[in-house]
Amino acid sequence: MAGLRLDVGFVDYLILAVYFVTVLGVGFAARRAIRSSADFFLSGRSMPAWVTGLAFISANLGALEIVGMAANGAQYGLMTLHYYWIGAVPAMVFLGIVMMPFYYGSKVRSVPEFLRLRFNRPTHLFNAVSFAVAQVLIAGVNLYALALILQALLGWPLVVSIVIGAFIVLAYITLGGLSSAIYNEVLQFFVIVAGLLPITIIGLVKVGGIDGLFEKVRQSPLGEAGLHTWSNTGGTDNPLGASWIGIVFGLGFVLSFGYWTTNFAEVQRALSAKDMSAARRTPIIGAFPKLLIPAITVIPGLIALVTVQGLGADEGAYTYNNAIPLLMRDLLPNGVLGVAVTGLVASFMAGMAANVSGFNTVFTYDIWQAYVRKDRDDAYYVRVGRIATVGGILVGIGTAFIAAGFDNIMNYIQALFSLFNAPLFATFIVGMFWKRMSAWAGFWSLLLGFLAAFTLYILHLTEVLKFNSDLEQSFWGAGLAFVTAVVVAALITPFTPGKSEDELRGLVYGTAGDTLVADRVWWRNPVLLGVVAVILAFVLYIPVW
Amino acid sequence: MARLFDVRRVIGGLFVLYGVIVTLIGILDGPSELEKAQGVRINLWMGLGMLAFGLLMLLWLRLNPPPPLEEADEDREI
Repeated sequence: MAGLRLDVGFVDYLILAVYFVTVLGVGFAARRAIRSSADFFLSGRSMPAWVTGLAFISANLGALEIVGMAANGAQYGLMTLHYYWIGAVPAMVFLGIVMMPFYYGSKVRSVPEFLRLRFNRPTHLFNAVSFAVAQVLIAGVNLYALALILQALLGWPLVVSIVIGAFIVLAYITLGGLSSAIYNEVLQFFVIVAGLLPITIIGLVKVGGIDGLFEKVRQSPLGEAGLHTWSNTGGTDNPLGASWIGIVFGLGFVLSFGYWTTNFAEVQRALSAKDMSAARRTPIIGAFPKLLIPAITVIPGLIALVTVQGLGADEGAYTYNNAIPLLMRDLLPNGVLGVAVTGLVASFMAGMAANVSGFNTVFTYDIWQAYVRKDRDDAYYVRVGRIATVGGILVGIGTAFIAAGFDNIMNYIQALFSLFNAPLFATFIVGMFWKRMSAWAGFWSLLLGFLAAFTLYILHLTEVLKFNSDLEQSFWGAGLAFVTAVVVAALITPFTPGKSEDELRGLVYGTAGDTLVADRVWWRNPVLLGVVAVILAFVLYIPVW
Repeated sequence: MARLFDVRRVIGGLFVLYGVIVTLIGILDGPSELEKAQGVRINLWMGLGMLAFGLLMLLWLRLNPPPPLEEADEDREI
């Protein structure tokens, strides 16, 4: 892909090098503050809300997300906004307002641990192991994607990028644990924004502002349909091939709630907050930047669509996925180019670090401490966490090399693990609001819900069942998994013993006592902030209806 | 937990440095850079923007420093 090579100069490498040094410096400095396993795995529950909130959004702002959403912008037009405004913000607000009191209030250290307390050990083990495996494999996918883009942009050999990327993430997480990951994520957030903003600015100047951009999109193959989000969703005759029912329930409810509310790599950021109010505000503060991120992903996608000749090829340098790299090549002079390269590299490392720090916590607390070595001193578990980080990253490197051999394996890995989300969300939501739901109902809901989604996915791959698109398949798969999990819970609960009121204290709605006290100051009220975020999402839709 | 350094210092420091580097590049930009960037002095503007943002972070840290530490058990590492 020589066509993507950037004209990087000394100053661009200087900017990248300064970033690497800073990231490692944060790791070394954070190490000095680690006294206990809670410091290493949960940042000592000491972080202010704006820090955890930005880390929350940064953990999701991996480069696969940025590059992928720009690609979707070029391919599907403004309907891509659904991934942000209905497919993320409501779920983030729900997590903060409704679910966080249970997570943070029960003092659990991880999402699987919540399942152990609410249900039983088999449920816990199933979730802990599937999560741990998913995180290291996805970390490997991130690493491979980083290497691919550095090869294309800078001409670095794959092996060099994989080793450097892995080494830096390994170093700062092994040293500083979650504090180091979170601090670097906050830093990454700002570097990513500073790196991508010039693309939007220069791109818009080139096409004559937003009006000029929209006018040119109308004349592109995407046409008028690319400029609307809802108006063509009465049927499936729109760029995304999805009706409003699929968008609202499939994307907006099951897929989005499944991802945002139960994914420990995200929830962990909130668990590190300094108090209940800060924990509840974490995802809600994250929702505000999430509303605006399309300006540096979807808009550049559209700019690429109308300015890059030949974009949309099936392979080579001009695939949709290269929308942002191509704009960097065409529009950015040295200087801001270095910041943009650094922003992309930062976002890969943010995604990978979120996976790795989620993995080492679950491995140490939920697998090693729960099932292998129970009663050791605290320092022992910090050592286990550090060794797990090294082990997890080695597996990730292995995955990256396997992915380099089999092109499509990345997509399969991501699709496979997304199948766990919807049944997990169903199990959580029923378990949090239905006191009677039994321990074994939790296990079977999770397992059978996953198997339902898995079966549908296999039928899709083997083309036994035909769907309009992969996206439509994922809507149906998630919906089926959700319904299966709820029905199984309802069927199994009457035949199995429930848990006592005492065991459920703080874990189920109505037993939590007084955890819902709001912050003293009105502008720090999670409910108020959450409602404002949702209203803003509605308002933003209006001009692009 | 022992006092963790404040992240505002890191963000402020990095952006001040980036701001200075990119602003300098922006002052030196010639016609070819300007043409690539559609006539926008992007390095200059982004450089000044990052510099201002970095300084604001440091100012915020100065005006609203983290609360003092309760216990003083420094310099013991695991």
